[in-house]
Amino acid sequence: MTAVTADTAGTTGVPGVSDAAVAAEQAAHEAVFDAAVAAEERIEPRDWMPEAYRASLVRQIAQHAHSEIIGMQPEANWITRAPSLRRKAILMAKVQDEAGHGLYLYSAAETLGTSRDELLDKLHSGRQKYSSIFNYPTLTWADVGAIGWLVDGAAITNQVPICRCSYGPYARAMVRVCKEESFHQRQGFEALLALSQGTEAQHAMAQDAVDRWWWPSLMMFGPPDDESTHTAQAMAWKIKRHTNDELRQRFVDIAVPQAEALGLTLPDPDLRWNEERGHYDFGAIDWTEFWDVLKGNGPCNDQRLSKRRQAHEDGAWVREAAAAHAEKHKHTGKHGEAQA
Amino acid sequence: MSSTPDTHEAATSTGAALALGDDALILSHRLGEWAGSAPVLEEEVALANIALDLLGQARVLLSLVGDEDELAYLREERSFRNVQLVEQPNGDFAHTIARQLYFSTYQHLLYGQLASGDGPFAGLAAKAVKEVAYHRDHAEHWTLRLGDGTTESHERMQRACDALWRYTGELFQPVEGLDVDHAAMESAWLASMTDILGRATLTVPSGPRTGAWAAGAGRQGLHTEPFGRMIAEMQHLHRSHPGATW
Repeated sequence: MTAVTADTAGTTGVPGVSDAAVAAEQAAHEAVFDAAVAAEERIEPRDWMPEAYRASLVRQIAQHAHSEIIGMQPEANWITRAPSLRRKAILMAKVQDEAGHGLYLYSAAETLGTSRDELLDKLHSGRQKYSSIFNYPTLTWADVGAIGWLVDGAAITNQVPICRCSYGPYARAMVRVCKEESFHQRQGFEALLALSQGTEAQHAMAQDAVDRWWWPSLMMFGPPDDESTHTAQAMAWKIKRHTNDELRQRFVDIAVPQAEALGLTLPDPDLRWNEERGHYDFGAIDWTEFWDVLKGNGPCNDQRLSKRRQAHEDGAWVREAAAAHAEKHKHTGKHGEAQA
Repeated sequence: MSSTPDTHEAATSTGAALALGDDALILSHRLGEWAGSAPVLEEEVALANIALDLLGQARVLLSLVGDEDELAYLREERSFRNVQLVEQPNGDFAHTIARQLYFSTYQHLLYGQLASGDGPFAGLAAKAVKEVAYHRDHAEHWTLRLGDGTTESHERMQRACDALWRYTGELFQPVEGLDVDHAAMESAWLASMTDILGRATLTVPSGPRTGAWAAGAGRQGLHTEPFGRMIAEMQHLHRSHPGATW
């Protein structure tokens, strides 16, 4: 889009410049912005953007970044117990990817003028959310597979359209994230398949995990369209491309045949193909549970947040040491390292 | 004499593969315990990266001996041949870094020697030595930051270096099947420690570098108490489903 930089976008404060002139300038910026969004151009960090657009993006990117780092916990829970070295390597790589996604996303948020420290502070104090799915526990090894297949599957369904988001840095971060998520989803499916086709005990473990993760995965798409407060504006800005219910339906349509291929049952007696709609019908979601978990009453809300806070507090002396070291050596540029 | 030189060589390199493979397997496991608890997001990535390199090395080495999963999951504590240093609990970040500094410096020297020879580990060592060079640099940089950071970090790093010092002598005990000059490695290692700890404003620990127990240590299958709990956790799921594939 045409570059309207932050430098030129501020109010003038110059005596004699009327409110009307300021308003006209604002309207001109908005017209350029709206035209760029309409033309599917990317908004870049130095472009003028409405403050509400900026705030909405920060909220969404932060929540996404927080979800990546909180989401490390339920899977890390099984790294030390992974049942084969191959599975262990895959799981460690996956949890590492999530930390990497957190890094890209916090960086994308920084391009909007909000530091990682500030966002982490909001996460730790409960002022910003992460995806409620991570407030459910991983009780067996099969949960690792179910998370990969269902939770990452739902995440991809949500995130692929964000690769076309109007904000450039977020869209580009999502391209990388989605590539890795698609690997995560496949490994989850493959891990569940091995269990489903394994011993009777392994099959039962896989079925139990799917029984517990199916409904929370459907809730990942957020409240129904008529109760979603952010959807309309986010779609107008092309931050979001499809409604919650559209994405949820897309996910169900993909998951049902996959469950059949896995030889596992989805825990919904109302799930059936609707010829007329060309989609699967599914049963009613328990939105009471969704809101309850969101408010903090999920099985792991306290545990996840306190572990995150604890890691942050335990690491404070390390971050202080790194800062002190950098400060001491900033003039020499030597960092105490051996010089060639 | 019942064994030919070839089978003798195979048997001794098996023992060496187990020793090096167990070192990598166990240290990888300990580093994996950090996931979700690192002091800063970049370290989540770095520690996992090192853990994954080590796990990759372990899988190659154990596969030279037999089935990697049988060896990792079905051996008893006394059959593991890793040095005691790598099984030491993570402690605070300073302890983890001190353990990394001691071990990766040793491993870099070892793989450097193995890579330049023509023994059974030359191929593996040539690849691993590049990975380990990064592990060593990572540990060195953090040793400098923590040693020469704040008063608190300096004290923590010194305590960590002191506490783990007694496990460093074992690194240079000869391992049958490893054709390397252990004495030369040890003096190079000590020179490196003197240099790095000095630049980090830390004191080279003065205590003994081995325990007093005549029975030996990790290479003889004698481990420390936390190791038993560590492998109990590592092995329990695999052992709970005998014969299952994952």
